[in-house]
Amino acid sequence: MESAPILKLEHLGVTFPNHPVFNDLNLTINQGEIWSIIGKNGVGKTTLMRTILHQLRPTHGKISYLPSQGEVTIGYVPQFRNIDADYPLTIKDFVGLNLTGWKLPWLSAKERAKVQKILDQTGLKQLAKRPIGQASGGEKQKAYLAQALVEAPNLLILDESTASLDPVTKTELLDLVTELNQRLKLTVLFVTHDIPMAQKYTQHYLMMTPGKVEQGPIANLTTEKVWEGENV
Amino acid sequence: MFSYEFMRNAFAAGTIIAIICGIMGVFVIARNMSFLTHTLSEIGFSGAAFGVFAGWAPLNGMLLFTVVSSVIVGQLSARSERREAATSAISALFIGLGILFLSLANKNASYATSILFGSVIGISAGDVQQMLWLSLLVLVVVFVIYRFLKFDSFDHTGARVKGLWTNALSITFLVLLALSVSVAAQIVGSLLIFILLTLPAATAKYFAHTVGGMMVLAITLALVGVWSGLVLSYVTNFPVSFFIAAIEAVFYFIALGWQRLQTAE
Ligand SMILES: Nc1ncnc2c1ncn2[C@@H]1O[C@H](COP(=O)(O)OP(=O)(O)OP(=O)(O)O)[C@@H](O)[C@H]1O
Ligand SMILES: [Mg+2]
Repeated sequence: MESAPILKLEHLGVTFPNHPVFNDLNLTINQGEIWSIIGKNGVGKTTLMRTILHQLRPTHGKISYLPSQGEVTIGYVPQFRNIDADYPLTIKDFVGLNLTGWKLPWLSAKERAKVQKILDQTGLKQLAKRPIGQASGGEKQKAYLAQALVEAPNLLILDESTASLDPVTKTELLDLVTELNQRLKLTVLFVTHDIPMAQKYTQHYLMMTPGKVEQGPIANLTTEKVWEGENV
Repeated sequence: MFSYEFMRNAFAAGTIIAIICGIMGVFVIARNMSFLTHTLSEIGFSGAAFGVFAGWAPLNGMLLFTVVSSVIVGQLSARSERREAATSAISALFIGLGILFLSLANKNASYATSILFGSVIGISAGDVQQMLWLSLLVLVVVFVIYRFLKFDSFDHTGARVKGLWTNALSITFLVLLALSVSVAAQIVGSLLIFILLTLPAATAKYFAHTVGGMMVLAITLALVGVWSGLVLSYVTNFPVSFFIAAIEAVFYFIALGWQRLQTAE
């Protein structure tokens, strides 16, 4: 399927004080594609995602967002998150936090329906009233995903979001992401160490190694390649 | 009791303070700012002393000092590891300055006591009106930025990821906090403001299930404390701050005990 680019990275480089993370990274992501971002711990995957999110300013190069209409809205499920276990914040409220704007403090009926729908889709219906701080690791991951999706973003970035999920839940969530991808042409960047999963659910890969990045269709990502380069 | 004008003023002021403290307290707790609130109240003391020295109303001195320092602290807080130490240093400096201004102003000790510990008798109808305007300002701003503030306070990571202007929010919140501290100090005194700004919300955290519920409960607890404190103080002639502090602390310990029971089951 031919598709327009939604995100373009040109000669992108990020350097922390005395520590170059990556350099001259070129990447074009088309709308509706699902990419896996792989590479060893500490190679710079999260750094790259944060750069795409404007949380870090690139030292070199540029990032262009090329929405086919409106603007590129990004949903991001970060790798780490701090939430106080005692907060009186239910999973439902947590998901609704992402509905911001210069609006009344309380959610409108339409917004509440949005939250309800995404809770249903992510299998959180029964847990809607549970405090987020008391949810299990996997339940929290689902809530994070639901929060990122509630605003219907057109680019979804998942940073190792399935690492703590059981196989059944993992499949359910990935099926949901795949469905949104097919139905709404949601573009997905998936940071992961799970090669079989990347092969099953994603179409392209970006493999980061110190000093160089490699990319291609997922079929080219053989297990040998991953192990030979010690890249995962 | 209500036939005395100063008691009517004290009740009006106390009610305003309880509402502001209940609402702001929820965010103070969520943003882990109890310590900072304590520091702001010490800075408030210094500001009030400066006001006395300069011949202003103490409230205006307080407003000046707390608002300016909250902006400074907001800049510092970008590096949060250093915040506690920096905050302690700032608070030491300001307490020192407060003592200096008081001695320069040549006021007697009872004046210092009333700034530090609050007083019921000193509140005029004009004070109540000024407090009302300041409180309305705080409430309106909180109302307008509520969704952003709630996101950032309860899920800072999520808010940053979303690209919310978290630094600007943080400074705005600190300024609102400075205003609340200055208002609340009028009755409980600068030494004990943080009681009303932290304890009711900290207690409510254990009982409420939603943020809105936490707010309503925090306001209720603050109101109960302030109103009963005023009545008890009127009846016994003991300081009002003592009663408010005692009541709020008792609520808090009950909440802790209740939490223990819940988790033990
Ligand atoms: N704010 C920072 N300042 C300095 N160095 C940093 C900063 N953030 C990350 N780094 C360094 O940059 C490198 C890349 O980190 P990054 O978090 O992007 O790795 P990653 O590929 O996501 O690893 P993992 O698989 O463990 O999540 C690491 O060496 C890390 O120590
Ligand atoms: Mg990472």
